[in-house]
Amino acid sequence: MSAVPADATPKSPALAARLRATIGADKVLTDPAQLRTYECDGLTNFRVRPAVVVLAADRDDVVATVRLCAAAGVPFVARGSGTGLSGGAVPVADGVLIVLSRLRRILAVDPDNARVVVEPGVINLWVTREAAPYGQAYAPDPSSQQVCSIGGNVAENAGGAHCLKYGFTVNHVMGAEVVLPDGEVVHLGGTAPEHPGLDLLGAFVGSEGTLGVATRVTVRTIQAPETVRTMLVGFHSVEDAAGTVSDIIAAGIVPAAIEMMDALAIEAAEAAVNCGYPQGAVAVLVVELDGPAVEVAEQFDHVEQLAAARHAFETRIARDEAERALMWKGRKSAFAAVGRISPAYYVQDGVIPRTRLPEILTEVGRLADAAGIRVANVFHAGDGNLHPLILFDDTVPGAAHAAEELGFTILDLCVDAGGSITGEHGVGLEKKSRMPRQFSADDLDTMQLVRCAFDPDGIANPGKQFPTPRLCGERPGVRTAADTHDPALGEVF
Amino acid sequence: MTTPHPVGPVRTVAGTVAADAVEPATAAEVAEVLRSTTGTVVPVGAGTKTGWAAPPTSCDLLLRTTGLDRIVEHAPGDLVVVAEAGVPLARLQQRLAEHGQMLALDPPEAGATLGGIVSANASGPRRLRYGTARDLLIGVTVVLADGTVARSGGKVVKNVAGYDLGKLYTGAHGALGVLVSTTWRLHPLPPVTGAVTVPVPDAARAGRYAALLARSTLTPTAVELNWIDGTGELTALFESSAASVRAQTRAAIALLGAGRAAEAPPSWFGVRPAGALVLRLAYEPFALPRVLEALPDGATGTASACTGVGYFAVPADSDLAALRAAIAPYDGSAVVLAADDAARAVLDHWGPVGDAFGLMTRVKDRFDPERRLSPGRLLGGL
Repeated sequence: MSAVPADATPKSPALAARLRATIGADKVLTDPAQLRTYECDGLTNFRVRPAVVVLAADRDDVVATVRLCAAAGVPFVARGSGTGLSGGAVPVADGVLIVLSRLRRILAVDPDNARVVVEPGVINLWVTREAAPYGQAYAPDPSSQQVCSIGGNVAENAGGAHCLKYGFTVNHVMGAEVVLPDGEVVHLGGTAPEHPGLDLLGAFVGSEGTLGVATRVTVRTIQAPETVRTMLVGFHSVEDAAGTVSDIIAAGIVPAAIEMMDALAIEAAEAAVNCGYPQGAVAVLVVELDGPAVEVAEQFDHVEQLAAARHAFETRIARDEAERALMWKGRKSAFAAVGRISPAYYVQDGVIPRTRLPEILTEVGRLADAAGIRVANVFHAGDGNLHPLILFDDTVPGAAHAAEELGFTILDLCVDAGGSITGEHGVGLEKKSRMPRQFSADDLDTMQLVRCAFDPDGIANPGKQFPTPRLCGERPGVRTAADTHDPALGEVF
Repeated sequence: MTTPHPVGPVRTVAGTVAADAVEPATAAEVAEVLRSTTGTVVPVGAGTKTGWAAPPTSCDLLLRTTGLDRIVEHAPGDLVVVAEAGVPLARLQQRLAEHGQMLALDPPEAGATLGGIVSANASGPRRLRYGTARDLLIGVTVVLADGTVARSGGKVVKNVAGYDLGKLYTGAHGALGVLVSTTWRLHPLPPVTGAVTVPVPDAARAGRYAALLARSTLTPTAVELNWIDGTGELTALFESSAASVRAQTRAAIALLGAGRAAEAPPSWFGVRPAGALVLRLAYEPFALPRVLEALPDGATGTASACTGVGYFAVPADSDLAALRAAIAPYDGSAVVLAADDAARAVLDHWGPVGDAFGLMTRVKDRFDPERRLSPGRLLGGL
């Protein structure tokens, strides 16, 4: 393996010297062995070695780094914990990678206003830990919440199991201090619920690092519910499990979460964490309800009846927090668990209208069989967010490619069903070529208007999220032949 | 104290008279209007909020979206609806109610259209539970100043593909493009309603009641304060199953140490104040008592007590700059929603611009380089 060498561009050594002089030599890495750590994010098949890694210690370091990059015309990529699954934090070969993990101060905890202010490197779960003594919690809970950063969550508009009821990162971020790609610092939103002027914060959240770098984030916390009740239900068919999901929604119940796993995913979770899921289940649902005790009790009984009517053969109700944690452990560890039953795997993230679950799952199974590839399905069933885990043997030539192809075919199914190519992992590097399946050229050009307002030179995380955008000075209809900063020009495997 | 309902189609926007008006019926017709004209264009729906925000500096053409009035698709099982921008919210709610569903937005302006609600970012009491337009709008189609028809978002609730431009268009008063279609996340219609109302003798008590409710495990869909010159009433609204509403209203009375339960909230609930000068205030929620104390004498209105948004009618000669300065420590802002036409020329409708104003200007200039759309409606003269 040889990634693009650090001195591929004549600009980077001079830039590295200026960075060392400005923010301190100990924060600037150019040693290839050290750079290697930062070649990829959670999607490990894209690897690009950056020219320079900056380990920023505070906001001033980020501002200084971005300013120097802008002056030199060198692209930069911001990175949080590097757990993203779409290659959004893959470096640019001739660029600077700004690592924000050291910006991990909790700046304010304000239970009266239900606000917490953090630096971007703060881990998602820490916010809930800070708020918990006040009976509050931070609602977005991606499965990686023990390691993923708030800055990364903002970039990706991260979701999680409980966004069915509580919404996504964008619904919980109230304000952000942002370093724009020219080094200007602006404050979007704040601590109040509304602000005069355009909702630039709404556009910034989920922009995958292409509009700037958040250096402070104000989130809102929610009051922890009076009651949380969780059940695990086993089914003999995927159709019955999916039908139960539709019945719950049709009954006017909005659970905190409805998660579904199929037989292969159950097998993997059992092998990895011994979560004790029902023997012989072809599909399981984890249904969680929260809220006032009276309401939860009524709805919980109703959900049990709906599941029974769909031939659920085993329903377990968590009696305490330990049992509840075990039910969730199987689900939240499912991605990693698949590693136990396959030498390698690839996670996709697509969304369909939830009413089409049974039909799309059948089609996914048919496509997998036809390709001779095993697919384990783990998903946020309540919002129709599929996470097919495509299993392959990475020692077999062409297997990785075939897995990727199957993943893209599944995404095509999602788009054709009226869904999306990503529900929470982001477009990143991985799926930018699929954007034209979901959006017209005019749609994408209009999104570029925002990009051009924030980043006219295109130096913030270039080559991500959008396929070959036109340059900011160009008129519509005229496209560049190639994206000049395409990180995919690095080695891909 | 009722919201004025326009008699006949609107012809002026915050005092600026439109030279001409059109009412296209399709997105293609909207695009054709924008391509075939060169002057300034102000999009409006039913015209219930044309007094909100600053007057346009010019309005060669009023573009009424009321002709775009189709409910395009309702998928009850997916809790999603697609409707054109000119559909009145009330008509949509009627249709959704047949399926036991609702769009969880309740701005009180009678006759308001979906496009107008989004463009003005209008909300009502239930924002406490369900959020505002930005939280419920999952897809949008707009026509840009040059006639380009562009979509963002989609028809599924969970979707992070591309920039979410729906948020950018929300509250933009048509300054970035003309909304032609909207797609929404829906909620089940709660079966039973109950309200607990307590008298509020002063600002401190308003803050105390709001804080008690905000920090409890009760789940009111709204907590509204009615404020009449220094005193008022507060109502917590519960909407759920009969048993839950019963239990929660009882618990609320115990928590507040006062209050009477009723099946419906009082008549002032969800009504916007009317007067010579009406403001929308936003601030940190816990600052409610300080904000109430900062209001000019004679202020009346309502506040979403646990979220930090209030609507107040204040005397026409109120010192807006002083009010803004007083609430600034709480990230406070005050935007003009109604004013006498004659007074508008000297009014600062939006208040001071923040450090992101340059960026806002750059966004406006990318979307509308000739500044044709709703010129001057946004803050800072944008």
